[in-house]
Amino acid sequence: MKAAAKAADRRPGRKMKKSWACFGGFAAGVINGLLGAAGGLAVVPALRKAGASVRQSHATSVAVILPVSILSAVLYLHGGRFSFSDALPYLPGGVLGAAFGAWLLPKLPADLLRRIFGGFMLWAAIRLLKP
Amino acid sequence: MSAAALLAGFVSGALGALGLGGGSVLILYLTLFAGMEQAQAQGINLVFFVPCALLAVILYARKGLIACPLWLPAALLGLAGALIGSWLSGVIGSELLQKLFGGLLLLFGIREIFHRRSSPPGGKRSS
Repeated sequence: MKAAAKAADRRPGRKMKKSWACFGGFAAGVINGLLGAAGGLAVVPALRKAGASVRQSHATSVAVILPVSILSAVLYLHGGRFSFSDALPYLPGGVLGAAFGAWLLPKLPADLLRRIFGGFMLWAAIRLLKP
Repeated sequence: MSAAALLAGFVSGALGALGLGGGSVLILYLTLFAGMEQAQAQGINLVFFVPCALLAVILYARKGLIACPLWLPAALLGLAGALIGSWLSGVIGSELLQKLFGGLLLLFGIREIFHRRSSPPGGKRSS
């Protein structure tokens, strides 16, 4: 079971299509800069299209959003919309949560992960679309 | 630091590390319960996400879950996109883009929830 999951994560036979990754990364950057969140919702499906497995797509999306968030944060800070220390109270919980999430990802069945992801997309869609 | 802040951070960090858009959870908490403005909440979420993502990426890299050939072009174009997005958010009303993105998410979300199982039914794995 574990070996099968690992093989699915590698997928050596499938060629990675970088154009999808480029498009997803760009879209994620625009959304991240514009909304301050939710860039991953754009980059995960693009990475899947590019040939990455479900788990790989989610893990790689975090790595894509990381430098993008740093840049967006610097731009937001420069615009003086908030101060750096405002974020501090949330960091201890966040780091614990991130460790938990990263521990959980390789254990979640890919199908379940896709359905949960779909649920979050719908939630975000409703929040964006409601007047 | 309150227990509520700890919990909001934990949930947001976990969902963020899973690539599930955890940021929207923290922004929702900050605007609804902490009484902040949208722009301030967005900025806080961006700073908040950096150490969380860093930790998750290190853990994923050790497990070989990062698709490096895809990461580099996506991240580079992401940086260019962030410049444009940040600029847009300061200049124009972003309503149309938000609605477009919302519509796209609606379609993708429905497809993801109702997708067919990729693993053969009746295999070893029970649901």
